[in-house]
Amino acid sequence: MAIRLEPRGEVSQGMIYGSPLVAVAATLVSGLVLFAILGVSPLDALFTFFISPVSSLDGWTELFVKATPLVLIAVGLSFGFQANVWNIGAEGQLTIGALAGGGLALLFFEAESVLLLPAMMIAGILGGMAWAAIPAFLKTKYNTNEILTSLMLVYVGLLVLSWLIHGPWKSPDGMNFPESRLFHDQATLPVFVSETRLHIGWLIALAVVLTSWIVMARHIIGFQVKVIGMAPMAARFAGFNENKVIWIALMISGGLAGFAGMIEVSGPIGKIQPMISPGYGFTAIIVAFLGRLHPVGVLFAGMLMALTYLGGDAAQIELNLPNAVTGVFQGMLLFYLLASDVLVKYQIRLGPSAPIVFKAGPSK
Amino acid sequence: MIEPRLELTGITKQYPGVLANNNVNLKIMPGEIHALLGENGAGKSTLVKFIYGVQKADSGQIRWEGKHQEVSSPNVARKLGIGMVFQHFSLFDAMTVEENISVGIVPELAKGDLANRITEISRQYGLPLDPQRYVHTLSVGERQRIEVVRCLLQSPRLLIMDEPTSVLTPQEVRELFKTLRSLSEEGVSILYISHKLQEIIDLCHNATIMRMGEVVATCKPENETPRSMAEMMMGANLIAPERPDRRMPGPVRLTVNSLSVVSSNQHGVDLKDINFDVHAGEVLGVAGIAGNGQRELMDALSGEVPVDAEECVIIDDHKVGRSGPTDRRNAGMGFVPEERLGHGAVPEMSLWENAFLSGAQSMSLLDKGFIRTRESADYASNIVREFNVKTPGVENAANSLSGGNLQKFIFGREILQGPGVIVVLQPTWGVDAGSAAAIRQALIDLAGTGAAVLVISQDLEELFEVSDRIAVICEGVVSSPRAVSDITVDEIGLLMAGISEPSSSAREATYGH
Repeated sequence: MAIRLEPRGEVSQGMIYGSPLVAVAATLVSGLVLFAILGVSPLDALFTFFISPVSSLDGWTELFVKATPLVLIAVGLSFGFQANVWNIGAEGQLTIGALAGGGLALLFFEAESVLLLPAMMIAGILGGMAWAAIPAFLKTKYNTNEILTSLMLVYVGLLVLSWLIHGPWKSPDGMNFPESRLFHDQATLPVFVSETRLHIGWLIALAVVLTSWIVMARHIIGFQVKVIGMAPMAARFAGFNENKVIWIALMISGGLAGFAGMIEVSGPIGKIQPMISPGYGFTAIIVAFLGRLHPVGVLFAGMLMALTYLGGDAAQIELNLPNAVTGVFQGMLLFYLLASDVLVKYQIRLGPSAPIVFKAGPSK
Repeated sequence: MIEPRLELTGITKQYPGVLANNNVNLKIMPGEIHALLGENGAGKSTLVKFIYGVQKADSGQIRWEGKHQEVSSPNVARKLGIGMVFQHFSLFDAMTVEENISVGIVPELAKGDLANRITEISRQYGLPLDPQRYVHTLSVGERQRIEVVRCLLQSPRLLIMDEPTSVLTPQEVRELFKTLRSLSEEGVSILYISHKLQEIIDLCHNATIMRMGEVVATCKPENETPRSMAEMMMGANLIAPERPDRRMPGPVRLTVNSLSVVSSNQHGVDLKDINFDVHAGEVLGVAGIAGNGQRELMDALSGEVPVDAEECVIIDDHKVGRSGPTDRRNAGMGFVPEERLGHGAVPEMSLWENAFLSGAQSMSLLDKGFIRTRESADYASNIVREFNVKTPGVENAANSLSGGNLQKFIFGREILQGPGVIVVLQPTWGVDAGSAAAIRQALIDLAGTGAAVLVISQDLEELFEVSDRIAVICEGVVSSPRAVSDITVDEIGLLMAGISEPSSSAREATYGH
């Protein structure tokens, strides 16, 4: 007897989009069990985790602040993932983007120009692109695996950050803390809901969602990305240049990750510090899949993931639970999503393994 | 009274959405060679799966030599004495013939002096085979012999052959038939699955004809013609392609000049100094056994693998050897690759998106980088209408179409772009006979409008039907094309087997130059 997976004859379209909901439901149920084991009232805990963070205007604006980098990065990653370009290094591209954008703010520290902020945005995008260009070059030229190269560059990027703020960029009046100076107002993203931290980065993220929706649905670049992902041979048949699409995918995802990094340092953080992102670059991978690689899906998935960050904070403060709860919830969500995706496409059968006509035995 | 070796009664199998077998009856007597005939999707393979124990029927009975029998697995089938030679071989390239045979049979048989028994059987049945040769050094025909010998070692009483001749030269087919006849004389029953009608007439005693999951007729092939059997198989009167009287061909539209390509795939075939012309209004056929460079030739002509020099491929004065598919399309070339799903079309995408896939440039479906969706849908609807593609609408995904309908769609897509040159590989592979006839007619008609048509195919009947001239590709070398009226099947067979042209027919049959 063995457990085996058999492909289902007909895959229901509804279930493909339903599986994220199933995953969320399963995560909630597991959360109940988890909280019970930890000795807190499960319903109270779920309320603290998922409802209380968004029970005020302030809570919603914080949610959008957290969702901004996630959505930006995940929209970019979705491009690549649809073309089978697996950029796992968004965290590194975010870091370099933050350094490029923030570095400009430090370089023109005294400047009083309205051009500084746009220039920082461009620098952030270019920084992320430059970091993503390394895996793109290695993949198109030497066929290296971009999963490995982009991931390894994350750690290089974090070391560059660490070196800069322990050395050249350390604030002169920061009492030797490894931090840069606080950015001036000209280098800080304007807040558009007063009394909150909600900055215009959220509006930009919404615009990016809309634009990439149009590009994916109607533009030749989106079409090429999809064809290369679904049927590489058909892409060759159509005359699409695979290397070009690899470059485009990595430039879009790297650029948006770098942009997200710049937005973080110029928005909520306001300076360059040792930890710019609580793993947005990695969490965005979950966001991309949870959102079915569709920009609008990514928008909602990004908000849900942002909620797990806020919920984790709330659980620490109110329930005295460790911060790891956030990671556990994110992990469970991805696990259940992958599981339900498999079960949408396959069914589990118990019984002898499928008949094999010739059993390959050891040759003598 | 002699009991039938195998008798199936009332076999029924329902798959989701398809009744694959509906109350099928089949009877095979000892020593009988019985043909199972039908188009793709008629239910032949499903039926065979029950006999060989790979799958279970929903209802119905299997009787083996007069006794009711459950065939629950291939092991049971083999113990009963049922052997099967599959269309796709299961052989390990890096092992010898003997090793391959020993892993595929019951351990008791693999013991002892296997090599001698292999030699003995191969001599007895005229299947020359050296047990110590490595499989990767063998031709496809020789590989098939391994599978046959593996079955014969187990002294089968029923041998199932699934489309055995699709990979063989005409000469190899004759050898195989000799073997099958001698087996039949010894009392071995043979179930012969094919859609090649002439072979069935030559070989089989009886035929069961299936259509859409049901047995529609049984007949004695010797009393039938290929045409009458094809009509039973299709359930309609077969229309042979009409071709206009042989015209004087026009100017050269496609030139292939000293084309040599080193294959990038380690199992690929290198192309060696290929030269030919295709004229306006002409269909040139390229025959050959699978795996002799057809794919590589297709890639080099379509531009998916550009070649070293511009002059190697010339389309109407445009030298395009180093250009990719887009430039070649712009020069007026259309092409249809072998694989429908995943190469000629994106399976999960809608028909209109697939129409856009190759028609973007020539049908002006692109506006400043944006897809003109309405025009693309109109274009797709045109294809559906003019090529009689059965589909609920152009929003449907390519993989929802049957093989024949999708192939008609792909041909329609290329032909409606009005190509000056079209190159097609295996145009009717796995396509139902009705669609195949429509596709062949469309190719002949396209040539009639002054296009140059190049058909690369393993199906000789097809090539004789559509071609004006025929060349043969063997191990990456293309023989000089000869007029169809001037070459025989036997000559083509020798060329396919790599035996160089007999001197008596070395003259070139080319038109006008």
